[in-house]
Amino acid sequence: MSESTVTAPTSGGAPKISKISEAIIRIAGNSQDGIQAIGGFLARLAGRSEQEVMTFMTIPSTISGGPSIFQVRIGSGEVLSSGDEADVLLAFYQHSYEGHIDSLKKGGIVLYDSGHVEPNPEWTKDYHHVGVAISGLTVEAIGGTAKDKGKNIYSLGLIAKMFDLNVAKLEKLVAERFTGKDESILKNALAAFHAGYSYSMGNLIETFQFMDAQKKKGHQVVMNGNEALSYGLIAAGVRFGAGYPITPWSDVMELLRRELPKYGGSFIQTEDEIAAVSMALGGSYAGRVAVTGSSGPGISLKTEAIGWGVMAEMPLVICDIQRGGPSTGMPTNVEQSDLNIAVNGGHGDSPRVVIAPTNVEDCFYMAIEAVNIARKYSVPVVILSDQAISTRIEAFEEPDLEKICQDITPDLSPVADHKPYSLSAADGITQHVAPGTRIQSGKYPIATGLEHDELGHPTGSPKLHMQMVAKRRKKLQALGESLPVPTVYGPAEGNVLLVGWGSTQGPIREAVDRARAAGDSVSSVHIKHINPLPPGLENIFAGFNHVFVVEMNDEGLYGYGQLGALLRARYCDPKIRGITKTDGLTFRVREILERAKSTVAAGVRKL
Amino acid sequence: MSNSLTEIPARGGNLAVATLPESERKGLTKKEIAADHPTWCPGCGDFSVLALYFKLIEKRKMVHEKITTVAGIGCSSRFPYFVQAHGVHYIHGRALPFASGISLSRPDLHVFVFGGDGDAFSIGGNHVNHTARKNIKMTYVIMDNFVYGLTKKQTSPTSPIGFKSKTDIWGAVDQPINPMKQLISAGATFVARTTATNPNHLLQMMEAAMDHDGFSVIECLSECVEFYEGAFDAANPRKGGVFNQVPADHDVTDEVAAYKLASDPFPGHFGIFYKVNRATKNANEAKINATLQEKVKGLKDWQILQKSFERLK
Repeated sequence: MSESTVTAPTSGGAPKISKISEAIIRIAGNSQDGIQAIGGFLARLAGRSEQEVMTFMTIPSTISGGPSIFQVRIGSGEVLSSGDEADVLLAFYQHSYEGHIDSLKKGGIVLYDSGHVEPNPEWTKDYHHVGVAISGLTVEAIGGTAKDKGKNIYSLGLIAKMFDLNVAKLEKLVAERFTGKDESILKNALAAFHAGYSYSMGNLIETFQFMDAQKKKGHQVVMNGNEALSYGLIAAGVRFGAGYPITPWSDVMELLRRELPKYGGSFIQTEDEIAAVSMALGGSYAGRVAVTGSSGPGISLKTEAIGWGVMAEMPLVICDIQRGGPSTGMPTNVEQSDLNIAVNGGHGDSPRVVIAPTNVEDCFYMAIEAVNIARKYSVPVVILSDQAISTRIEAFEEPDLEKICQDITPDLSPVADHKPYSLSAADGITQHVAPGTRIQSGKYPIATGLEHDELGHPTGSPKLHMQMVAKRRKKLQALGESLPVPTVYGPAEGNVLLVGWGSTQGPIREAVDRARAAGDSVSSVHIKHINPLPPGLENIFAGFNHVFVVEMNDEGLYGYGQLGALLRARYCDPKIRGITKTDGLTFRVREILERAKSTVAAGVRKL
Repeated sequence: MSNSLTEIPARGGNLAVATLPESERKGLTKKEIAADHPTWCPGCGDFSVLALYFKLIEKRKMVHEKITTVAGIGCSSRFPYFVQAHGVHYIHGRALPFASGISLSRPDLHVFVFGGDGDAFSIGGNHVNHTARKNIKMTYVIMDNFVYGLTKKQTSPTSPIGFKSKTDIWGAVDQPINPMKQLISAGATFVARTTATNPNHLLQMMEAAMDHDGFSVIECLSECVEFYEGAFDAANPRKGGVFNQVPADHDVTDEVAAYKLASDPFPGHFGIFYKVNRATKNANEAKINATLQEKVKGLKDWQILQKSFERLK
């Protein structure tokens, strides 16, 4: 908790009130305890209070039950990551207490359910222990039938008291959440909340108050990465898609299935992953960029069809919500190990576009960018999100939807003549016309996976194959040249440059801030366009002695992570090295800094 | 994001295309419908299917741009190249989900899928089941030759036991799939059987299939003269066989009767085995859309999205 020097005066033994700029609260329990709901309420409250927020959660991959955590970091200033160490740990069970005490900073507060947790005397000197009979008191507040239900809302009351949160706003959030349900449910929830709020935590030495946040322009919206991605696709004008359930992608398909009909569109649940990508390609062919998506194993299954999309030059958006791999791997953990399959998956030379959003807000905007790149360049575009970004909640400035929303209804007006694979098109960029379009010449095109001539008819001509391969490559080279040069976070020259992609932007930037505050020369650059790469990276790398690619995947046979290997192949620069890890968890800021230090110390690897 | 990155050049205005009302447009001639010269072997049954498809287009006065011909991989799947219309040559076994994507997003188009027994009953088997179950509106013609022809004589899922192929040099041992049974049990709402050697019957089946509101499937025996010559002689009166029509008293809405009819040994029966009306996926989705759109009536798309965002504050 970053405290200010100003401390409110205490009087008459009342707890001290400290002004804080941010707090990290970790809630540990089981997956059915509704701890995600507490986290969700806190995140939403932060959004409405113009504060920044970021959450982090782990869920068991078991079918029902199992330990689960939800961490919320709320701040009056910029919040870049969900935080390394918690200020407060709320523990429902002994295993929650024992398993997560390590994530609490020394001197932090552990708030535990005294009905389930037996404090360890050794730990009581390092952490401030506050026991509350959460389960018992919840039953007392809302009656004996509720059992474990409601203790999450009771705990929300406790937290609200501890952090002097806005009760009216929280009540409103709780009410919104239970709207449409049985009235008694809302009544019980509010009763539990107030019981928690009015509980006297006698031995609590202090309570906290957030400092006022910097005034934000307009309103904030609060959502997770999968929601932002889905809404971004809708804003981009996508009205058709198909998918097959797999964690953590399923949320996207569920949301699109529910929402698209309102816009006259459909999202179809198919029999398998291959049918999903095929149906989406059919939708795209029919005239409007469609979407499919999956996670690891499903992406593997889709690769043949993605190759067809490249060959037939069909626009398509493929969302890959990465999880731990290979095979079934770690379905509910995070990893950035699908970069290789996204860029290279499939047989033959099949260049496609790969982009990676950096935070929840970026999921919204990059979904739109993906759709537009797919449309313009007639190519499949993979959006590499991951489990961490998909489930974490952030608040961001509400987009100007009237301005942003696009209409991409296909133009079916007649054309004189049409060559979907014209070799005279500038930079090899062509668009196909949708079926239903009358072609005056009477010559109709075929969308095909066979090597073809300009109309799409099959050819075995060596010359045409060379020309078409080059066409499919050239358009992506043109895209690459048109991309903006990434901006360096921190000074453009220095000792260490941290290079990241995807969801790690927050912790990497926080690492830069922390290192610079300690006097170290560290900057970072985040690559959002993975394939093609943006221009200017070689000049950025030239400004540093060390270039470390920070990514959540394995160092591989030759010592570099997946982006690291790509950058080395592209720039042949021996100072590019990797900081990788495969524990299935997001990077902690401390971890990045320690690894950067040890990698600098280790010097350049000798081969 | 800069505009130059994603701006799509305009098509260059409306063209002076004759804007005759649909009703006054003349039907297409065979010359206008035919595209590439078919690459099939001389004598291949597929020629007949193509010729009758042209006839269907002519007879039903379909216009170029409303026809979408989709195929997977195989000899028969070369079909779209030979038809002067919007066409798709997709990957092996997956033509049905691709065509479903077209059908579900474009109710204005006639979607026809052509393919072989490998596409339908081997690599793409599960897609047949699910397209049938969902009853997605399109017509699917399975040109069944009981052999893998494009890859030069391997056993196919419909090869009869004892058929000698390069992958079963001693004769096929696996129970072949019975297409009619498979389709009926999968829930296809129009299931018919015909043969390339009986053009009138083939056209009749195609017309009935096209008129069916739902997933209509035709198994058309189409001989591979190169790798399974004489496979269907028993169904061809000109070769001493018999062409048994589905009995006149067969109730096409009786699933069990259709299944029994399909149990008869080769050459079996020809005609419509099963035909029922069940809501299509297209109609079901449209119904969901109508209900949900009622709630956002009068709102522009961005306003609908705005409503969702209000709940995320």
